[in-house]
Amino acid sequence: MLAYILRRIFQSLIVLLAVGFVAFAMFSFVGDPVDNMLGQERTQADIERLREQLGLDQPFIVQYWRFLEQAAQGNFGLSYRQGRPVSEIIAERLPATVELALVSGFLAFIGGVGLGVFTAIRRHGLLPSFIMTASLVGVSLPTFLIGILLIYIFSVELGWLPSFGRGEVVDLGGWTTGFLTASGLKALILPAITLGLYQMTLIMRLVRTEMLEVLRMDYIRFARARGLTEKTINFRHALKNTLVPVITITGLQLGSIIAFAIITETVFQWPGVGLLFINAVQFVDIPVMAAYLMMISVMFVGINLIVDVLYFAIDPRLRIERSVGGH
Amino acid sequence: MVQPVLSIKSLVVEIPTRKGVLRPVDQVSYDIFPGEILGIVGESGAGKSMTGNAVIGLLERPARIVSGNVLLSGNPIHNLSASEFRKIRGKKIGMIFQDPLTSLNPLLTVGEQLVETIIEHLAVSKKEAQERAIAALEEVGIPAARERIGSYPHEFSGGMRQRVVIALALCAEPDFVIADEPTTALDVSVQAQIIALLKRLCRERGVGVMLVTHDMGVIAEAADRVAVMYAGRLAELGAVRDVLTAPKHPYTYGLMGSTPLASRGLKRLKQIPGSMPRLGALPEGCAFSPRCDFAQEVCKTGSSPFIADEDAQAACWFPLQHTKLRSSK
Repeated sequence: MLAYILRRIFQSLIVLLAVGFVAFAMFSFVGDPVDNMLGQERTQADIERLREQLGLDQPFIVQYWRFLEQAAQGNFGLSYRQGRPVSEIIAERLPATVELALVSGFLAFIGGVGLGVFTAIRRHGLLPSFIMTASLVGVSLPTFLIGILLIYIFSVELGWLPSFGRGEVVDLGGWTTGFLTASGLKALILPAITLGLYQMTLIMRLVRTEMLEVLRMDYIRFARARGLTEKTINFRHALKNTLVPVITITGLQLGSIIAFAIITETVFQWPGVGLLFINAVQFVDIPVMAAYLMMISVMFVGINLIVDVLYFAIDPRLRIERSVGGH
Repeated sequence: MVQPVLSIKSLVVEIPTRKGVLRPVDQVSYDIFPGEILGIVGESGAGKSMTGNAVIGLLERPARIVSGNVLLSGNPIHNLSASEFRKIRGKKIGMIFQDPLTSLNPLLTVGEQLVETIIEHLAVSKKEAQERAIAALEEVGIPAARERIGSYPHEFSGGMRQRVVIALALCAEPDFVIADEPTTALDVSVQAQIIALLKRLCRERGVGVMLVTHDMGVIAEAADRVAVMYAGRLAELGAVRDVLTAPKHPYTYGLMGSTPLASRGLKRLKQIPGSMPRLGALPEGCAFSPRCDFAQEVCKTGSSPFIADEDAQAACWFPLQHTKLRSSK
């Protein structure tokens, strides 16, 4: 088990190094920062001095190492646009994105598993068929369209929910939360649905397919032959086996929820890191872009790692086989 | 006379398909008595397992029982509702599946699976169910049952898993057990152990066993009586000794001829020409007639031959009258 986790961590580090390289490459290849930083009136001496100051006179490898060193400490330099440390800007924006992602991930998982199990157990009937058809819409409609539709219905026509922003937030020692105020919660509803709907339909279809597969297994027939109730069979025997692959996908989806919150955040003007990134792209604010890239990759790799460990918790077969393999 | 624990009378199972109605089980009748093992043999698709599934109420749609009776200790069970049937499954009728590698839930310990079954059917506390589970494992010959009750199925070998499956099928003390190819997926050496275990439990508890298999060796070893099925019908029914040494139905005769026996020496095995007809394309008359060496005109005409049951033991117009099969072939 420990050897397995160490191996996974090592693999994760390699992935991060590769992403770090790409992030670093952006600095070198998207224009010369010295040109941007010094105005028109510059001398060759100014340029040399600044190059030396920024370490740009060093060999490529040394620069890369320095970048990694700084990045590992969370230091990505100053934002070109705002002139403040990038890490500070991101820390300010992160709570909004994390809260949005968690809520919509939670909605997607609960809704997806619930509907998936329902449509798998009741294969025939009007309601399950309707849900299956409706889920196609969820899968095929682009996120921004869903967002705009929701805004049109619930904000413009009905006027029930706000169409943009985060509402009032409470500051809890550096972490701003919208969970504690009514307007914060109200503001969360539409973006969370927009962001989670696609994931929910995806999880639902996955759960349904897996569950139907599991329900055909011998141990389910054997459970029936032992006279267990349908409830026990469906929820104790089938669901647990269904969730093994579902957890991987859901875990990975949580990563993409955060990463691709960009669109939802843009539609709802949600003050999170996604919106920050879009603005950074518009202004070629490379330190912000690089930091965002690194942050997302750390997150993906971290979630992957957690999912792998979760496997052990659910499936006893892995625990044994790995330890046997370690001898 | 002892009442049969299971009595099947003229059971017909049909599957409606687009091309017409198939009859995987057609007019099958037999009794199984307490403490008796009835072997059901036949080729794949002969309707052996389908009969077992019909008895325990696990036919998969669209297959259904259209006529006939199934009596369990004298009470009809073929017309029970789904929830009534569930209550007798496990409690009155146990079932042992073919592949022990796939018939246990991999994510639950064997103890959890035993306890849930016991609690479902018997009014006992969880603690007592645990004790009973340990006793059930000991009875089927799992060493150190008390320690191993918390083990997961993958931590047992194939033979041990099949013992667990048997313990699960018997833990709520049913009167009747369907064993659907219980040894097919096992090593030969383990097969003998499992058969011996089944025999012992059957004798000790007075359980009736329907032993579905295509292995004549298993039948010879374990069964008291044997029912031979062909294309959904019963071809022959009788005591194992009689059927094996002096088969009356030409199909059984052919089946015996194609089974290697030590007493017969190393001669080339005889084959039955052709293969079993598909259910959608049964010939008129006797379904075996196109492959039968002894078939005459009457076998091929529309009038169907009589049906094997407890009285007339072979469904054949011309049952073989032989005295010395063993030496002649």
